[in-house]
Amino acid sequence: MMDNRVTNIVIAGLGGQGVIRASDIAADAAFRSGFDVKKSEIHGMSQRGGFVTSDVRFGRQVSSPMVPRGEADYLVVLAPDQLEAVRGSLRPGGVLILPDGLNGEPLPNKKTLNVALLGILSTHLPIPEANWVEAIRSSLPEKFHEANLHAFQLGRRQATVHT
Amino acid sequence: MLISGNEAVALAAQRAGVALGTGYPGTPSTEILERFSELGGRAQWAPNEKVAFEVAIGVAYASARAVVTMKHVGLNVAADPLFTAAYTGVSGALVVVSADDPGMASSQNEQDNRRYAVAAGVPMLEPADSQEAYDFTLQAIEISERWGLPVMLRMTTRVCHSKSVVHPERTCAPPPPPSYTRDIAARVMIPSNARPAHRRLRAKLAQIAEWNETSGPNRVIPGSNSLGIIADGVAFQHAREAAPEASFLQLGMTHPLPVETIRKFANSVERCVVIEEGDPYLADTIRAAGISVESKPEMFRFGELNVDRVRRILAGDTTPEPAPPPGKAPELCNGCPYRTVYRALRNLDCIVAGDIGCYSLGALPPFEALETLVCMGAAIGVGLGLRHVLPPEEARRVVSVIGDSTFVHSGITGLVEMVYNPPSTGHVVIILDNSTTAMTGFQEHPATGRTLDHQPTGKLIIEDLCRALGVADTHVIDPTRDPEAFEKLLGDSLASGRLAVIIARRSCLLVTGRLRELERCQ
Ligand SMILES: Cc1ncc(C[n+]2csc(CCOP(=O)(O)OP(=O)(O)O)c2C)c(N)n1
Repeated sequence: MMDNRVTNIVIAGLGGQGVIRASDIAADAAFRSGFDVKKSEIHGMSQRGGFVTSDVRFGRQVSSPMVPRGEADYLVVLAPDQLEAVRGSLRPGGVLILPDGLNGEPLPNKKTLNVALLGILSTHLPIPEANWVEAIRSSLPEKFHEANLHAFQLGRRQATVHT
Repeated sequence: MLISGNEAVALAAQRAGVALGTGYPGTPSTEILERFSELGGRAQWAPNEKVAFEVAIGVAYASARAVVTMKHVGLNVAADPLFTAAYTGVSGALVVVSADDPGMASSQNEQDNRRYAVAAGVPMLEPADSQEAYDFTLQAIEISERWGLPVMLRMTTRVCHSKSVVHPERTCAPPPPPSYTRDIAARVMIPSNARPAHRRLRAKLAQIAEWNETSGPNRVIPGSNSLGIIADGVAFQHAREAAPEASFLQLGMTHPLPVETIRKFANSVERCVVIEEGDPYLADTIRAAGISVESKPEMFRFGELNVDRVRRILAGDTTPEPAPPPGKAPELCNGCPYRTVYRALRNLDCIVAGDIGCYSLGALPPFEALETLVCMGAAIGVGLGLRHVLPPEEARRVVSVIGDSTFVHSGITGLVEMVYNPPSTGHVVIILDNSTTAMTGFQEHPATGRTLDHQPTGKLIIEDLCRALGVADTHVIDPTRDPEAFEKLLGDSLASGRLAVIIARRSCLLVTGRLRELERCQ
């Protein structure tokens, strides 16, 4: 598992959708699993509803904090209408994760879409489920734990049912 | 721990017993002081970077440790005290964090502040990740105390905001208790004292250069001798990935440079390439020392570097780079009080001298009502200049628009200028008072009446200040309560031919919620 390969994830969406939160959770889950981790994004005007992307990289040793263009193994897009702006970051054969991966399964809380898509992502990664759960808990105030853990499990279930 | 470069600086400052952290918000530096405060450090927002720097000098004159933080353009504002503090030196520690923004993720220019370290004659450290941000903050404190000089910690957006793993093992000796020793010859920079002070500074720099050769935070990573790469900051990380087989000289202290170390490294490889973001500062300096190295092609002066771009530099590939299609641009929030202001400015066909903040979004569709943006505070001066020379019928349409935090930062002197040199057609200044520094993430400022950690404190009353400066026609109005009344007030003020300030006061939507939350928690 700990070979030299770096796993590259790009998460994209609009300000307010929780792109940065999602990448924080993914980075923390990888860190808890013993990997070297880097994550990077442009903050700036993200609060004002603009396009945001965040990169998460993990492996035995990671140098650059940014995923080189065309080298993302996983591209998670929260706002499908923004897909064109990030499509180029995915490598050929890489995995694209979109809200329709939830197969219409309704999310009780729209704000948890970011974590639901992490649920799908998690089924592809060598990170134990317990570390995802811990990462979610430690990145959110307690009152949001239940809804987000629910969303995470929903994403995980959909991914395993439909692949 | 997995933390950002900014958090790492804050952690190191807290562990080193920094007595005061001060600064003015600015992406990508803002979180340093916020985190330092959360960790229990004493952190304060100053009205602007110059004041922050001066407060930090005072702390360091009292033998204590100070950190002052700002974005790159903030150092322009603080440049005056920086240059002379290098002459006076300090008795404690003074660490100046300059957070540069190559690529301009959220800045008006991409100036390369490494030039400031050279121009002012202060030592400069450049971390490449969070671990080094932690280590170098401590090292900067040590260097500052050892040589009695301000030290610049030069970060960039990707170092400030990227998270990476930190083992906070390094420590530094605890600070001595603050104390004052009178030293007029060292600290009063009248010419007779400043002349020897300049010589002292240069002598210190020569010593530091020598130290940097043997003990500085630079490292050689041996690799192939056909390619050697010299790199600083995050560029080092990109280069490591782009050419893992190469030999590396990573420069952690980039002023004064360890020239002999560089010469030895360059001589040890067949091809030696300098990889740096922004200006060719390293390459120019190294070449001036008679060392033969390759520099990047001019097209890579612009924007950030990344792994792809470093691969191109190494391959000599100067073909045009593909630009991905843009994503959705940010815009003024729905219900933002600025929207009604910009509508009125459009309706009255105003010529709008603008400034920097969320309200700069008024330059984009659908408003396109903000027509200039140079630097913080410029709205007032630029508006006055336009008024002075345009034909009266055009001059009468000129309005200056400035945010509340920006007004306190550097708009007050503009207002003094307006009263002192009034245009013959009068002038109208709109202060957009949303009770926060929204642009950089909702920081407090002197006119919110709350400190960095949101505690009540002395409050600057903007309208009282404007009246005291001599602007009798100072109005306070909520632009959203009655947009027509706002437009009428603006129209009347323009028609009056007098000097007027309109304070458009309405809290930022995003901050009202936060404040309520804060009050609930208290
Ligand atoms: C010298 C300098 N310091 C800091 C900044 C970063 N910055 C730009 S605008 C701004 C303040 C914005 O606050 P305000 O004027 O209240 O406008 P708002 O964003 O709330 O609309 C800051 C901190 C800068 N561009 N230049």
